[in-house]
Amino acid sequence: MNVIEVEQLVKSYNSVKAVDGVTFNVTEGETFGFLGPNGAGKTSTINILCTLLGFDSGNAQVNGYDCVKESLKVRSSIGLVFQEVTLDNELTAHENLKFHCYMYNMSKRLANERIDEILEVVGLEDKRSTAVKKFSGGMKRRLEIARGLLHRPKVLFLDEPTLGLDPQTRSNVWEFISTLKGSLGTTVFMTTHYMDEAEVCDRIAIIDAGKIIACESPGSLKSSLRGDTVYIKTSDDGRACVELHEKFNLSARKIGSGLSIIVEAGEKFIPKIFESLETPVLSVSMKRPSLEDVFINLTGKEIREAQPAAQRSPRR
Amino acid sequence: MLSYKAIYVIVLREFKRFFRQKGRLITTIARPLIWLIIVGSGFVHLIDVESGANYIQFILPGIIGMTILFTSVFSTISVVWDREFGFLREMLVAPVSRVTIVIGKLISGTALSVFQGALLLVVAPIVGLEIGVADILLMLFFMTLVALAITSLGLFVASFLTSLEGFNVIMNFIVLPMFFLSGALYPVDNLPEAIKFLSFINPLCYGVDAFKHVLLPGGGNLSAELPLYVDIFFVLTFSIVMTFLSALVFEKRK
Repeated sequence: MNVIEVEQLVKSYNSVKAVDGVTFNVTEGETFGFLGPNGAGKTSTINILCTLLGFDSGNAQVNGYDCVKESLKVRSSIGLVFQEVTLDNELTAHENLKFHCYMYNMSKRLANERIDEILEVVGLEDKRSTAVKKFSGGMKRRLEIARGLLHRPKVLFLDEPTLGLDPQTRSNVWEFISTLKGSLGTTVFMTTHYMDEAEVCDRIAIIDAGKIIACESPGSLKSSLRGDTVYIKTSDDGRACVELHEKFNLSARKIGSGLSIIVEAGEKFIPKIFESLETPVLSVSMKRPSLEDVFINLTGKEIREAQPAAQRSPRR
Repeated sequence: MLSYKAIYVIVLREFKRFFRQKGRLITTIARPLIWLIIVGSGFVHLIDVESGANYIQFILPGIIGMTILFTSVFSTISVVWDREFGFLREMLVAPVSRVTIVIGKLISGTALSVFQGALLLVVAPIVGLEIGVADILLMLFFMTLVALAITSLGLFVASFLTSLEGFNVIMNFIVLPMFFLSGALYPVDNLPEAIKFLSFINPLCYGVDAFKHVLLPGGGNLSAELPLYVDIFFVLTFSIVMTFLSALVFEKRK
């Protein structure tokens, strides 16, 4: 069963198309990731699915409800964790969660039951009466994810859930999300621009400039590269490029201040570079296929290089 | 379609925030007293009264009006605040209608203002005004009307604004003229014709006038200037129109 169905979705800000004819489905229980640089249209898409943003044309359905006509039904069946913190700092953890429960029309008893349960799951049971302003970034994130799950949504939307967190907290948050998923079986739709985070997804859609350019499992995306990536830096990249083509029949791509070459067995290829290349080689490194390489291969740029274009969605 | 539980919890949150922000609490209690004591005692001997209320007594209704004005307007800052700090999104994605959120904010702003205004009624006997139970009840009723009018106006303005900075600028252009043109510090009748008309579209002017009807029944040149039914009619109409408009704007601005 498809939990999310999106068809030919278009959303423009002024004349810039932030979302440009996006089509995809997410099936029940799946972890689906949107991978792309800032300004690629990830947040706009998530806002449309959460009924916070209208769109120009196309179709968007969540849990079988239309995102425009049945927005209240969509909203009651989804949970959301935003990029930025959306907790009330003055209130305690328990009060923030209680606010949420009452907004979702739960009875007092049910609310208290769920709050106790979820605080334990996220390991914040001893912080229930502490004001959120005293929380660390990681604790706030955990509390927000807990809040997003209080009303047992069918889909949990995570918009860059680890933005601004240090690497260790990031991995803790991910461990936590996958544990939750295991126990609750919730469908997860997430956006990220961290490659390693995208690896946890069952399927990834790579989005660039408002368009989906690939949509597959991380495994098949990587195997589509057919080989390792060798990065070399030389004193003259132009000449090295020509040489590589003449001597190995390989086409190198210029990436940043170096060249990237995709070969089948990288470790055997590297010695050959030194043997055959007349252009002095300054440095060599090699990587097994990663999503980063997939991204580079598809878009011709590194994800961090891909600067937000003008289509960055405005703050609401 | 309203969700009462959601309204309840929105109001509850505003009250908790209000009582936890000590600075805000102290300011809202101290400001009217400073006005009463300093401005009131400074002017009391300058202004001649033939009969009826003296100047300190005269400004009490105005200071109550001011307190309601400030409390109501600054409670609607929470909309801008919530937007800036993201909490508004938590409310906007909840399965409740926008009208529910507007009503929650209206009730909390109004209730907080009335609470503040009611505290000031304690001052009435101290400055020599006699008030009975009926007067207190009447005052509570009028204060509710005025607080609702100002809160709905504030909410309407706040729903257009995205930054606290903008809110401060706009509110200073609205709040201070509203206060000075309300008849709180001097009778509106004394104003030049050119700016007097501004008083006649100012809901606070009618509100303060209604307070004067209750608190300064003695007559004299500092008593109420308009018939009470005009006051009630204007404030009530103003609140209804503004409530409707702010709900509409909230609905449109997703």
